[in-house]
Amino acid sequence: MRHEHIETNSALMLLLIMVVISIGGLVEIVPLFYINETIEKVDGVRPYTPLESRGRDIYVREGCYLCHSQQIRPFRDEWLRYGHYSLAAESQYDHPFQWGSKRTGPDLARVGGKYSNQWQVQHLKNPQSVVPQSIMPRYPWLLENDLDYADADTRMRALRVTGVPYSLTQIEYDANLKKYGKEIADQLDINQAQNSLLKQAREKNFDGLPERITEMEALVAYLQVLGTMVDFTKYDEGYFAQFR
Amino acid sequence: MNENMNEKQSAGAVQTTGHAWDGDLQEYNNPLPRWWLWCFYGTAVFSVLYWFIYPSWPVGQTWLKGFGSVSYTISDKATGKEKEQEYRWNTRSLLLEDLSDAANNTQRKEMMAKVRTADYDQILKDRKMMEFVRSVGKGLFGDNCAACHGRGGQGVAGMYPNLTDDDWLWGGGMNQIHQTLVEGRNGFMPAFGTVLKPEQMDDVAEYVLTLSGEARPGEASERGKEIFHGQVGGCYYCHGADAKGVQSQGAANLTDRIWTVVDLPALKTPQDKKTALKNLITTGVNNTRIMPAWKDRLSPTDVKLLAVYVRQLGGAK
Repeated sequence: MRHEHIETNSALMLLLIMVVISIGGLVEIVPLFYINETIEKVDGVRPYTPLESRGRDIYVREGCYLCHSQQIRPFRDEWLRYGHYSLAAESQYDHPFQWGSKRTGPDLARVGGKYSNQWQVQHLKNPQSVVPQSIMPRYPWLLENDLDYADADTRMRALRVTGVPYSLTQIEYDANLKKYGKEIADQLDINQAQNSLLKQAREKNFDGLPERITEMEALVAYLQVLGTMVDFTKYDEGYFAQFR
Repeated sequence: MNENMNEKQSAGAVQTTGHAWDGDLQEYNNPLPRWWLWCFYGTAVFSVLYWFIYPSWPVGQTWLKGFGSVSYTISDKATGKEKEQEYRWNTRSLLLEDLSDAANNTQRKEMMAKVRTADYDQILKDRKMMEFVRSVGKGLFGDNCAACHGRGGQGVAGMYPNLTDDDWLWGGGMNQIHQTLVEGRNGFMPAFGTVLKPEQMDDVAEYVLTLSGEARPGEASERGKEIFHGQVGGCYYCHGADAKGVQSQGAANLTDRIWTVVDLPALKTPQDKKTALKNLITTGVNNTRIMPAWKDRLSPTDVKLLAVYVRQLGGAK
């Protein structure tokens, strides 16, 4: 094929340009679909419970990711401030992940358990009342809105399609039972989604309102589990280097 | 130079590309400068070297890992001893290298080791360690504690205790601060809403106000005093016969003007203050005054640094 032929045939040239520029993207993206070695072998990572999962939906709805990342990078300053760098395994059930690089607020990858539920509620309601210099907006409606959990099971079904091991059949349930124990396996069972959600909300009462299940309840439940699933004291300092 | 080129071109020394557009429009084929060409070939060669030194191409189920390597020192989990290790180049190895030999990090490590083995008395007496506590502690405090207790440890009136005054709910001794950090605290006061009648609660509130000079003693406060110190209210169980609080219970001193649950000084009228106190007595404190436990999040050395840092904020006894 002569150069002149390509240059004078715009449809052919367009096609060839597309082929050339897509090579770069394909080489970078396609291997991620089949190289599983990069997912660290680590205990403890489980899918979110129905309540946490609804909290995550609210996190996305309110656009928290616009100011907060959930990805601690392997740098010394981040290590000192936020703790262990994030693992690929830790966001394997996130669809979509919340990594991000925009940090107007601090990174939230390991915020779980760092503050009390009460602080989280107060802070979301009125951030300046606890951190005067904060520029975070207020989210008072989270306490006013009751949580809509009628479709909790449908949402889990959708996530199951993407590969999250929520159980629908007895076989799947048994697999979770073996892997996570009864309490978590029940939480991951789509057939009892609403009940599990209510159970966790009543037991933990994240929003401090015993009679109500608010959106705050779900969001705080989600925040409190972030980055807490892996027990890093179990692993050698150099262990995670082998997955990169 | 330009003129020179033009001369060359007009003399036909430079070839054209061979096309002729619109009849007579031709294109010169000037070669690229040689230095530029060699740089270009150089980058191509470099990219091949790069593939082999650093992680690059995907191959089957894995990828080329490169033969660059990084060495670092880590502490062995089993023996607790430091050991040298070498591993292939990647960002995680680089972090370990950075953690083990960055200049200010080795200094930091040295001081950390010193603090780890020292006890509180030794740290408080050692000027160099205290300097370290003030600089590193400030960062730790800012990241972990400031969210509730404020950047300067001033707390939030009515919600989170001030750490710079000398009023301590759970005690301001080194061991008590240590315990508070490690295990957390859960403040509790029973709800008296069903135990006492509304007028009795009025009286108790009135009495409590007199303790810190917020109200003058009178008939109501005398009645409240009886409830406070008697079997009916039993407030003295936790707050003490002198109402100065009992630190092992986390019960507040009611005779000073420092309030940690209701923000009394912010309220203007005596009636508002009384109502606020009455509400508190009615509902009590249950699961709303929680200091989280930090033992799973902070290393023992970090806890030590923070305990001393909190102490030197000014208020510890």
